[in-house]
Amino acid sequence: MSAAAPLETRAAPIAARAGIAVPGLIFGILAALPAGALLAPENYLLALGTRIMTFAIAAVALDLIVGYGALVSFGHAAFIGLGAYAVGILAAHGIGELLVALPTALAASVLFALATGAVSLRTRGVYFIMITLAFGQMIFFTASSLAPYGGDDGLTIASRNTLFGLPIFKDPRALYYIVLAALAGTFFLCRAVVGSRFGRVLRGAKENATRMATLGFQVYRFQLVAYALSGALCGLAGFLLANANDFVSPAYMSWQRSGELIIMVLLGGIGTLYGAIIGAAVYLLIAEFLSQWTEYWQVIFGPFLVLVVLFGRGGLVGLFSHHG
Amino acid sequence: MSSLLFVQILNGLQLGVLLFLIAAGLTLVFGVMDLINLAHGVQYMLGAYLAVTFYGLTGSFLAALVLALAATLAFALALELLVFRQLYARDHLDHVMATFGVILFVDQGVKLVWGAAPLSLPVPELLSGSVTLMGGLLYPVWRLVIIGSGLAVAVGLYVLVGHTRVGMLVRAGATNAPLVSALGVNINRLFMLVFGFGAMLAGFAGVMIAPILSVEPGMGDAILILAFVVIVIGGIGSIRGAFVAALMIGLVDTLGRSFAVDVLRLFMGPSPARTVGPALASMLIYVLMAIVLTLRPAGLFPAAGR
Amino acid sequence: MKRIAFLIAAALVALGLTPAQAQDKLKIGIITTLTGPPAVLGGQLRNGFQLAVKTLGGKLGGREAEITVADDELKPDVAVSKVKGFVERDKVDFVVGPIFSNILQSIMKPVADADTILISPNAGTSNFAGKECNADLFVTSYQNDQVHEVLGKYAQDTGIKKVFLMAPNYQAGKDSLNGFKHYFKGEILDEVYVPLGQLDYQAELTRIAAAQPDAIFVFLPGGMGVNFVKQFRQAGLADKVKFLSAFTVDEGTLPAQQDAALGFFGGANWAPNLDNPQNKAFVAAYEKEYNAVPATYAFQAYDAAQLIDSAVRAVNGNLSDKNALRAALKKADFKSLRGNFKFNNNHYPIQNFYLVKVAKRPDGKYQTEIAEKVFTDYADPYAKDCGMK
Repeated sequence: MSAAAPLETRAAPIAARAGIAVPGLIFGILAALPAGALLAPENYLLALGTRIMTFAIAAVALDLIVGYGALVSFGHAAFIGLGAYAVGILAAHGIGELLVALPTALAASVLFALATGAVSLRTRGVYFIMITLAFGQMIFFTASSLAPYGGDDGLTIASRNTLFGLPIFKDPRALYYIVLAALAGTFFLCRAVVGSRFGRVLRGAKENATRMATLGFQVYRFQLVAYALSGALCGLAGFLLANANDFVSPAYMSWQRSGELIIMVLLGGIGTLYGAIIGAAVYLLIAEFLSQWTEYWQVIFGPFLVLVVLFGRGGLVGLFSHHG
Repeated sequence: MSSLLFVQILNGLQLGVLLFLIAAGLTLVFGVMDLINLAHGVQYMLGAYLAVTFYGLTGSFLAALVLALAATLAFALALELLVFRQLYARDHLDHVMATFGVILFVDQGVKLVWGAAPLSLPVPELLSGSVTLMGGLLYPVWRLVIIGSGLAVAVGLYVLVGHTRVGMLVRAGATNAPLVSALGVNINRLFMLVFGFGAMLAGFAGVMIAPILSVEPGMGDAILILAFVVIVIGGIGSIRGAFVAALMIGLVDTLGRSFAVDVLRLFMGPSPARTVGPALASMLIYVLMAIVLTLRPAGLFPAAGR
Repeated sequence: MKRIAFLIAAALVALGLTPAQAQDKLKIGIITTLTGPPAVLGGQLRNGFQLAVKTLGGKLGGREAEITVADDELKPDVAVSKVKGFVERDKVDFVVGPIFSNILQSIMKPVADADTILISPNAGTSNFAGKECNADLFVTSYQNDQVHEVLGKYAQDTGIKKVFLMAPNYQAGKDSLNGFKHYFKGEILDEVYVPLGQLDYQAELTRIAAAQPDAIFVFLPGGMGVNFVKQFRQAGLADKVKFLSAFTVDEGTLPAQQDAALGFFGGANWAPNLDNPQNKAFVAAYEKEYNAVPATYAFQAYDAAQLIDSAVRAVNGNLSDKNALRAALKKADFKSLRGNFKFNNNHYPIQNFYLVKVAKRPDGKYQTEIAEKVFTDYADPYAKDCGMK
């Protein structure tokens, strides 16, 4: 049922050139954006850009397993939530040191990914989608019931994480560049993983798991590691989100959020990694600007998504690489 | 205590039957056309809204029901023609994105047309009474009607799918659509039939529940997730699975919500039990799904050929 | 040379694109819920505020008002993003909103960090009334507990012995039942927390019937209340159990509840039939403009606009001295629709509270009507924990 295989071979020559040009363009724009603050109030642009990049990190992490492993996780927002709550809960107890908060966020995500992945990866297709949804919901309801940490109302974080006491996240510009660096790191890490032997096994398993198994690879193990890596990177996104918003709430891990992440990856074009960044940016920018224009913006956005599916194969990236 | 339990079981059955009406269409569409239709929830919501409007125009519940079903069918067929027909050959992920777009459009569209305030539909005069079930609690006749109609639909579907020619085509289509097409059956028309019928079932559920629940934008989204849980536990493509799973979920959810706090109070103090209880109860159906999928990765009654 | 020219051109373009520091227009950012079932409440907030501005001739405090409305979608992080847009991109002078407590929790910090004033015409959480009180926050509604206390006192004073409690499982829900218990000293048969947004109450109704209370007290806002009231009536419990509630039967939900809610009790700091000239004018104007009966969400937002008007007028339109502005706001020198209005040291109101009852008007519309006054000039219990004077 995978229409992605013929797409990959067709797009291969274009992808090779796009593989350097497009990410280059994306990161160039993102790096230069704060300078463009001449054109609009700086803090607003920085806040918007930071938010886009944070979700882009999560989207790239999701694309790793969706695009290259055909593992559609409908519970990925849970990892964002775990990372964010790590920051929030530690802050509520007075611990603001980054070197404690970040590893905690990553560890929580990895452990949850390993535990749930071990069970989920025994299923396939839509069953995998649903069981990841189930685990995501469980974390969501758990967070909602954490009365000492705000429960459904969420928790305000009095001050952002500090590195050895230095408030590195306090200045919006500094935060922006740190998140940009994190996004770049995530992107190139995932790129390296995909291109490595590990990545080839993963992609092979996406095409034909039985063949990979007969070749001697323990597909399950490879998928579990990929799933854990993807979860950890989302945990990183959650860590940054908590610092950027000074706030955490169970809404960060609702199933609607997980769905939005999938849409971001799909919109951009799965299986390219930079498509995920584009998808996250387009999705959030449209939501931001259309909603300023009319409160019924989804009446326009909905059909837009439908049209992208009907006329663009492979999301926005596919749309442009077929025209360009 | 046992009479409380009995009433809660009835409540669970009512929820289960409602879920079945929605899940049946969803699993049919998924089974026959391999289409993930996230927009199924909006069919349920539209059924309710259309019933409210037609009731306002005609003053008769029966007329409103018939007209709402007809309008739901018309909308579903239009949607099938415009959007879904292009999706059959596409990837599951394409289905997800396209139907997600449909949800956004309809959820907001409904707000534009009917406004954001919750609407309501009165129970039909004849069936608006109550039956005394246990000391003081009158169980609304209408809820019994819902249970009854749901069971009737279940029986009807069983007969239709298992014992008619159309049903045979549907089952064949679920197993191997290209082959059925090669045998000369108009597969497009079959798909349209299945899709329309599934949408009507969801719309019917919406109309039936409207007198009890408020009709509001987004009411289809929460029930959609439950419906997916049902079809996954039941096994995709299996009506029988959807029926069993729907009743199971209905009972587990209702009984869980009723008794979770009491059960927890055996292990912890009343105050923590009161806050943890509802959270645990909400998780219960997902825990159930996780267990079922661990033991049976393809659901309880996977349709043959999957 | 070219580079300098380019920079000058860019700067000119930037100046053109940058929102002008309009000293004449007063900018207001309204953050409210316009998505999903609570949208009807969020709409009332927006309508009430806009009606006030219209009544004042499009001006607040003598300055022309420019109002932007944003939808928080009941998502705290969306609210934070929209509010940051207000204070950083639009440079609003006031942020008005929200409806929900959890949104208030999330937006207080961004607004305060930007040294802007937040006026809440609905949410009034206990933390901001007490320990975390904030000089930049002014609440024109009430502290959440107070309304629930009305019903608790009424139940205690009228000799009700056994009560069944129910609320949604979030902070406001817990505040609600705690508030009821402040004054009610009878027997609590059961205290049930349901998931926020739950619509089908058959399970809970069964429990209520089994417990056989004298009265129930529920806090089920919006769609939750619509459904519960209908199902409560259908289950035949309305004749056996007295229905006490807060925010469950109000003008936002009554159009859907209709006859099912007749005779049910609520608590509020106001009702549409409150007898003073400014309120009568307001209700008539609101119904004419929006073809609906106003609820507390609308009148409190109207008062918020009046509050801003009075304060901006007091500082002669010059908002640069924030301390003077805050002092002017604290004075609350305006004619509130509820009659007497005064701020406590924590910037929450001191006001009267009433028991209200649902009634059907001769013109077929439903509203709550004042049944009796329960508290006079009532201050919230958290004010003493607030460090502000």
